[in-house]
Amino acid sequence: MIHLLDNMLIRAAVQGLMIISIMLGCVTFLVWTERKVAGHIQLRIGPERVGPFGLLQTIADVIKLFMKEDITPSSANKVLYTIAPMLAVIPPMTSFAVVPVWSQFALADFNIGILWVLAFTSLSVYAIVLAGWSSNSKYSTLGGLRATAQMISYELAMGLSILPILMWSGTLSLREIVLLQQRHLWNIAVLPFGPIAFLLFLICAIAETNRAPFDLPEAEAELVAGFATEYSSMKWSFFFLGEYAAIMTGCAVATSLFLGGWGGPFVDQVPLLGIVYFVAKVFALIFVFMWVRWTFPRFRYDQLMGFGWKFLLPATLGTLVLGAICMTVFPGFYHQFYGR
Amino acid sequence: MPHLQFPALSVPLVLFWVFAVVACLMGLLVIVLANPVSSALALVMTLCAVAGLFLTLGAQFIAAVQVIVYAGAIMVLFLFVIMLLQLRGEPGGLRGVLFGPKVLAGALGVALITQMGSLVATAAWPAGAADPAAFDSPLNTQMIGKLLYSRYLLPFEVVSVLLLVALLGSVVLAKRKF
Amino acid sequence: MPVINAYMPALLMLALATGFALFTVVASRLIGPYRPTREKNMPYECGIEPVGSANDRFSVKFYLVAMLFIIFDIEAVFLYPWAVAFRELRLFGLIEMLVFVALLLVGYIYVWKKGALEWD
Repeated sequence: MIHLLDNMLIRAAVQGLMIISIMLGCVTFLVWTERKVAGHIQLRIGPERVGPFGLLQTIADVIKLFMKEDITPSSANKVLYTIAPMLAVIPPMTSFAVVPVWSQFALADFNIGILWVLAFTSLSVYAIVLAGWSSNSKYSTLGGLRATAQMISYELAMGLSILPILMWSGTLSLREIVLLQQRHLWNIAVLPFGPIAFLLFLICAIAETNRAPFDLPEAEAELVAGFATEYSSMKWSFFFLGEYAAIMTGCAVATSLFLGGWGGPFVDQVPLLGIVYFVAKVFALIFVFMWVRWTFPRFRYDQLMGFGWKFLLPATLGTLVLGAICMTVFPGFYHQFYGR
Repeated sequence: MPHLQFPALSVPLVLFWVFAVVACLMGLLVIVLANPVSSALALVMTLCAVAGLFLTLGAQFIAAVQVIVYAGAIMVLFLFVIMLLQLRGEPGGLRGVLFGPKVLAGALGVALITQMGSLVATAAWPAGAADPAAFDSPLNTQMIGKLLYSRYLLPFEVVSVLLLVALLGSVVLAKRKF
Repeated sequence: MPVINAYMPALLMLALATGFALFTVVASRLIGPYRPTREKNMPYECGIEPVGSANDRFSVKFYLVAMLFIIFDIEAVFLYPWAVAFRELRLFGLIEMLVFVALLLVGYIYVWKKGALEWD
């Protein structure tokens, strides 16, 4: 028992720390990328002074944020005000644990992997609602409220949008889902529900991270900075960190569910290629997130809620029903083209 | 009194104690904290710890559902209600409660504990899960699906009617004008 | 092997992430300056003294959204085991699911027609 625990725990702890450090490294890189992408989309250059191509800009920013004063408003609820930003970071990092990075490695592999991700996604609401409430400031409260209503609406559609894939795969384990896509085609190619489910999932994932065009919670023109108005220093940056970590986790999950995870040509011969494929797919999806953010204008709040409840909810359920009917009525089609 | 045998230290046992202690502590915080929002957060933690207890029993699907539905959905509603009613907390917490309710609550608490204690002492405890193989199987959720959609078909369809009623009820309650 | 062993690394990740968050918050508080003043600690209100309280009453709409969310979330939870077992349930499962979804669809249409999905 002690042996087992020793080996397993120490190995898992080292791997977990590695994942956290890699995620932090990726986030600094992603912030730089976002600013570069934004710059080029708006015909600017973006950061270029700190380090080559401005690559060290984010690191300079992080150091600056560490040195800043950590202000807690006198009317705030001190304990909740401190806990809220922490809750923004913990769920996305924890849910990354079940993502199979390549054939030889997933930090944790169990039967209900995708439900683990959904469970922690549902908990990330509390960061926003507590931040908004505990600040005891008008903008924060309004931003927090809006964000909560938005997040639960799109979380619902997100949970429903993956159902066709689960139905197709017959398992909740992310590793199993990826393996099935190695043997057959990627899930995004399973007609007719694959591509629709992928698009719906992507929309929900963007809305779930409160990014433009769904960034009403921090609509600066009307709410200053929404739920994060009163925050400063590292606590403020935790919301940023949480957002980017959630983007990474969301894209990694989307890659595993729809794009075949680590799969690709010659991956059987050279297993290490799997990591390259995985990272390439995840970053391609993240680029789509950024592209969308800097291209589309912001929704109005009633449009946003209407879109979630009147379009996404029936659309996700409709995709599920469509998929189920197709699989029952045309089993021959799926046998012939997808081997299942 | 059956002979009590202490099992060797094992991963599930250690985790059981961790989750149990967290659940009890947080449950205590729910009633002790003066601020209703803090209490709600403590209740979220309690529910998550109970999900952990389900995990130690091998009930993975139930554990996930516990977090998704209770901690992730119902508690959001609780928070909304607290915020809707503009509760900012009673000054002094338990000290603000009147003497009468305190005595009543104490008596009820004692009664509950005695009841549970006698149950624990007299009940026949099944040794382990009904079918441990089913829990260990990677098809745990699939089995739930198959059972739910064959043997427990009627309850399942009744649930959908129940959900429908809840849906109508919430609209009737919350809508101002029809 | 107990089932929980497979979860140990993920639970450990939860502990590590919590530890990281705690450490960073404490560290930044220790490294950064701390010179509170009355004005600095006031809630932000575009530079003027805050007027009124932050807990104004908010629309009952939010409450309704949370209610609808719970109901549909429970529906989704019922559909997970269904989806996973679908390949074995086949036609029978399809019909059951259609009945389930159709019943909720009735409620959904009612909610829509009553205007509960509108933000006025």
